[in-house]
Amino acid sequence: MAAVVVEEVGAKAHMPVISVRDLVKTYIVGEVTVRALRGANMDVEAGEFVAVTGPSGSGKSTLMHILGCLDRPTSGQYFLDGKDVSQMSKDELAAVRNRKIGFVFQGFNLLSRTTALDNVELPLLYNGGGRMKGVERHKRAMAALEAVGLGERQHHYPNQLSGGQQQRVAIARALINQPSIILADEPTGNLDTRTSIEVMGIFQRLNIERGITIVLITHEMDIAEYGTRLVRFRDGRIQIDQKITHRRDAAAELAKLPPPEADVDDVPADPKPAEHLGGVS
Amino acid sequence: MSILMTLRIALKALNRNKMRTILTMLGMIIGVGAVITMVALGRGAQATIEEQVKSAGTNLINVNAGNFSQGGVRQGQGMSNTLMPADADAIRKLPGVQYVAAGANSRGQVIASNQNWSTRIEGTEVDFPLIRVWPTKYGSFFTQQDVNTAAKVAVLGTVVAETLFGPDVDPTGQIIRIRNQPFKVLGVMASKGQGPFGQDQDDTIFVPYTTVQKKLQGMTHINNITISAESPDTAPVAAAISETLRIMHKLPPGEPDDFMVRTQEEIASVRTETTRTMTTLLAAIAGVSLLVGGIGIMNIMLVSVTERTREIGLRLAVGARGKDVLLQFLVEAIVISLFGGLLGIALGYALSDILERTLAWPTSIPPNAIGMAFGFAAATGVFFGFYPARKAAGLDPIEALRYE
Repeated sequence: MAAVVVEEVGAKAHMPVISVRDLVKTYIVGEVTVRALRGANMDVEAGEFVAVTGPSGSGKSTLMHILGCLDRPTSGQYFLDGKDVSQMSKDELAAVRNRKIGFVFQGFNLLSRTTALDNVELPLLYNGGGRMKGVERHKRAMAALEAVGLGERQHHYPNQLSGGQQQRVAIARALINQPSIILADEPTGNLDTRTSIEVMGIFQRLNIERGITIVLITHEMDIAEYGTRLVRFRDGRIQIDQKITHRRDAAAELAKLPPPEADVDDVPADPKPAEHLGGVS
Repeated sequence: MSILMTLRIALKALNRNKMRTILTMLGMIIGVGAVITMVALGRGAQATIEEQVKSAGTNLINVNAGNFSQGGVRQGQGMSNTLMPADADAIRKLPGVQYVAAGANSRGQVIASNQNWSTRIEGTEVDFPLIRVWPTKYGSFFTQQDVNTAAKVAVLGTVVAETLFGPDVDPTGQIIRIRNQPFKVLGVMASKGQGPFGQDQDDTIFVPYTTVQKKLQGMTHINNITISAESPDTAPVAAAISETLRIMHKLPPGEPDDFMVRTQEEIASVRTETTRTMTTLLAAIAGVSLLVGGIGIMNIMLVSVTERTREIGLRLAVGARGKDVLLQFLVEAIVISLFGGLLGIALGYALSDILERTLAWPTSIPPNAIGMAFGFAAATGVFFGFYPARKAAGLDPIEALRYE
């Protein structure tokens, strides 16, 4: 059916960015068969901000991996921008990850001992950007850093940045190739309340101002409420799929919060987790 | 990803673990250094031999009296008394022959005033210095007149001259006694050093061969004939000499030669072959350390892949293909091995130089050894780097990202 949609001229605007049909994923771990996804169906339109929640083992992480083209479904189809990516080769999936998807992880996953700017540039190295001039790469990486408000931190190393700042660098990295969607896997899991709101504020801004589709995985209901739509997983199926009526506004909440005691941005909020979780050694 | 970017990333990664990189490289440095040094030593020895052989003369052919058997009793080599001055004259007429000198040898105690010395007495002919390219240091060589008259004249080798008369003394005109017969010293040969078989060529006395025959040994045959060919292509001349001698000695077909013809190349090749075998052996042993160095690289690369599992996962997640990751780790291994190889070449040069200076061992590094060492180092990097790199490239991005 998606193939038909592609052929229709002018239909692109109504085509969902993500469309999954009867998605099944089965792992075989030793003797045990784990049915992580048991037929999930979902369409995500461009510009949506979907919060995916569910208890652990509900299949939300598996869905995330398949949506992120890090994994292939056992059966079912996954259309990304109208293209069936569920049966693509490894290299084709790598190209899709590079150009269409931006990842934001719970543990930031920045390269340690690598400057913020170089971290942001990383995806450019794999999209034929090796042939892109260094100056052009820097320009694009700077623009992405500025979009998350870290323009002046370009030469800082991850261990010189607070957790929130590290996550913002990771978001800039996800933005660099102008992806269709950003997949965020518990992006606030390692952050305190205020920093979490700041990060959610960035997601909301990117979603509203740039129209970037965001799929956010979280187990915190209050974080999920920053999205426009809530999808709840249970036992490998979608249990609840509803619009969020009272959407939280991170920018407004931040304005109401008392100013932080110190300038949080200048000191690593908690150097230990930053060192521990933020660095990829 | 471009190869230049890959190289930059590799250098950065190696720079992060400087100590580890250097230690890993050390394996390659020592391996390549050892191979270069061993090859240099072998080649040096070979060059020395070539030098020695060359010092024997150019385009040289030697004829020695062969074994002698009579009634089934075989005498040793050189015991045959069938080699005659007439043979030398016959060889002289052959095409391609430049100079010929018949030789008759003896040994004896040489006395000058209160000094004495036991030495070789080589009877030869006037062309001998031309054949051996061997000038006199003092005085002159004997003349055809001396040969014809079997004159009691002698030209001394430097060792004999220095023993009897002291260093830097010109003994020309002095009288020495050989077997109680007075010989007039005509001159002293220039120093020549070791011959192709390690003998001291300067510990000898030259007299006319006729003198050895008539005054010292009482024989009519000669022991050897020294010939120089006109061109370096000595083999056909040697064959012609053999043929002539068989005719001269009336040897029927099937009868073995009673003489031995050897060209300079033949003499040289035997010793060169020996040294080449030694060189190969030494280089092979040194090559083992190169192998160990390669295993060191593989080991460290495996550790590195494990350590950087999350980095690999992240790179895969942001769009690196398997071959990008493969190349990244392969290039790291190659950088280690190539840098190690370069430093190893430098070490090889330094060691060879030190050996030459301190132990006076001749060394010579052939230019292709550098290329080979470099190529071998690169090959080691590829070979031992491939497995870890493939392991990295084959990682599952999800597993890799979760790796603690």
